[in-house]
Amino acid sequence: MTAILTNLFDGVAYGMLLFVLACGLAVTLGLMNFVNLAHGAFAMAGGYVCMVLVNRMGWPFFAALPLAFVSAAAIGIVLERTLYRHLYARSHLDQVLFTIGLTFMSVAAVDYIQGSSRVFINLPAALQGQFDLFGVGIGRYRLMIIVICGLLTIALQMVLAKTRFGSRLRAAVDDPRAASGLGINVPQVFAFTFAFGCGLAGLGGALSAEILGLDPYFPLKFMIYFLIVVTVGGSSSITGPFLASLLLGIGDVAGKYYVPKMGPFVIYTMMIVILIWRPNGLFGRTAAR
Amino acid sequence: MSASSDVGYHAQRQARWHYGEIAFWLIVLACGFAFPNRYLIMTDILRLALFTMSLDLILGYAGIVSLGHAAFFGVGAYAAGLLALHGIVNEPTLALIVAGLAAMVLGFATSFLVIRGVDLTRLMVTLGIALLLEALAERFSNITGGTDGLQGIEMQPIFGVIPFDMFGKAGFFYSLTVLFLLFLFARRVVHSPFGLSLRAIKNNPLRAAAIGIPVNRRLIAIYTLAAFYAGIAGALFTQTTAIASLDVFAFERSADLMLVLVIGGTGYLYGGLIGAVVFRMLQELFSTITPQYWQFWIGLVLVVIVLIGRQRLHRWVLYVPNLIIKQVAGRKAVVAVPESDA
Repeated sequence: MTAILTNLFDGVAYGMLLFVLACGLAVTLGLMNFVNLAHGAFAMAGGYVCMVLVNRMGWPFFAALPLAFVSAAAIGIVLERTLYRHLYARSHLDQVLFTIGLTFMSVAAVDYIQGSSRVFINLPAALQGQFDLFGVGIGRYRLMIIVICGLLTIALQMVLAKTRFGSRLRAAVDDPRAASGLGINVPQVFAFTFAFGCGLAGLGGALSAEILGLDPYFPLKFMIYFLIVVTVGGSSSITGPFLASLLLGIGDVAGKYYVPKMGPFVIYTMMIVILIWRPNGLFGRTAAR
Repeated sequence: MSASSDVGYHAQRQARWHYGEIAFWLIVLACGFAFPNRYLIMTDILRLALFTMSLDLILGYAGIVSLGHAAFFGVGAYAAGLLALHGIVNEPTLALIVAGLAAMVLGFATSFLVIRGVDLTRLMVTLGIALLLEALAERFSNITGGTDGLQGIEMQPIFGVIPFDMFGKAGFFYSLTVLFLLFLFARRVVHSPFGLSLRAIKNNPLRAAAIGIPVNRRLIAIYTLAAFYAGIAGALFTQTTAIASLDVFAFERSADLMLVLVIGGTGYLYGGLIGAVVFRMLQELFSTITPQYWQFWIGLVLVVIVLIGRQRLHRWVLYVPNLIIKQVAGRKAVVAVPESDA
């Protein structure tokens, strides 16, 4: 019983992490209809920035996290303004080719700068180990992830639903032409959202070094996970990707624990079945554009 | 001349063999005799060309974007490896066909998943299928050899007469023959009314359906055929290298394949052949400059190609040849790349 609860807890932490990593992609892919396979590269950038700050320059872990966010967002906005924005109107094939190219470049570049082995971020002692709560083993690090990611999720939902920027974004997504007719600077809104999504990915990358492992092949290894979150979750709100991430996280952890030999088999099968059953995602809107 | 006979006239003219095409194949054949110590790399190029041709059939003609075409390549590769390893089908050409059919069956089965949904769903499903197969191959390591791959494959002589030699000469001409035969068939298919209906589907599925083309059936047919081609390419890989390992399913293989096709150009069948030559030469060049980081430059090539725009790039490349043709033959450009993707 306690093993189940511990697994559930780990699965939730894993799922929350996936959500923070992938929710930027939910915006670019789901809302802006841009196939961005290079999303993992931004996460990797954040992770490596955090690693360098903590391990080499002795920054405290919690101070390095915001910087991981900022640096990934900065890279995101530079790339968006210089490269991505020319490709919004192009075919999906072009977008796929372009972002695969970017991914390959990021993998080789990080390999060149930091070496190809897996890196670890030195964690403060307070985050190591686990404690028992009614007999259930709770990892401190995972608990922190759940707290941070949970707060982020709530904040995101509030921003989207309550603020002026949120309503602008929703308007821009629903009908870019009408939105710009109303005086909303649509490219600016998209650029800001893109950068914010990249920043979240960077933060997720920094947090995930401990759990998912951080090496130059990160963008390729987890690309499929991000895509699953978005396609299964749909794009009508952030609740869809959130639930999809939780499902994926719990499913993956449970799958690895109970049927270790089947490996990632469970996840891929689940994804294909869901996509066939509901091509627009479990919680998707009715018509994909 | 009525509009319909006009269309037929153009279709027939397109289908006719040009001198350029005959020259192209003669040059390929001549390469086999001109570079006797380059057989291995040339065989590799032929294999890649066949694999790319398979992607061209679905991407260039039917507009299906696939990120997991390596699935069929891998199935073909493992099928050929297992057939040879356990001595089930000893004769290589027969084994080749059986391996191709195995991939074809998978292609047929998965085509029903692929024709559903939009571009994005297709991307995901094809990618998912390739990853699934990779996971399966790793899981059933008692059959596939796991991460070590299939080892100790010994190929029997072709038709029981021509043995595979260590310089790869037999392998090269074997691959060339297979490629040429399959090319002839593909050429026939894409210029047939069936092929023309595929282009109609690619340009506008709704209109194609409105003029009475059974869209889904056509897509299933071409996807199955492309899977057969990819399976043959995979089987050739195993037969000429005597190895089948997990990386036949790798995502990088599918991604590289797209790059090859994009370099060569989609929708005229030669794209795969030209792209394969250019891609391998680029790869050689980059890996001599930076052995470990050639992937960076490959990625850069992709990014640059997309940013410049594929159509524009092909216009530039074809500018000089077309100028010469115009001057010499006094007619309009003969070599043109029909481009309009997804």
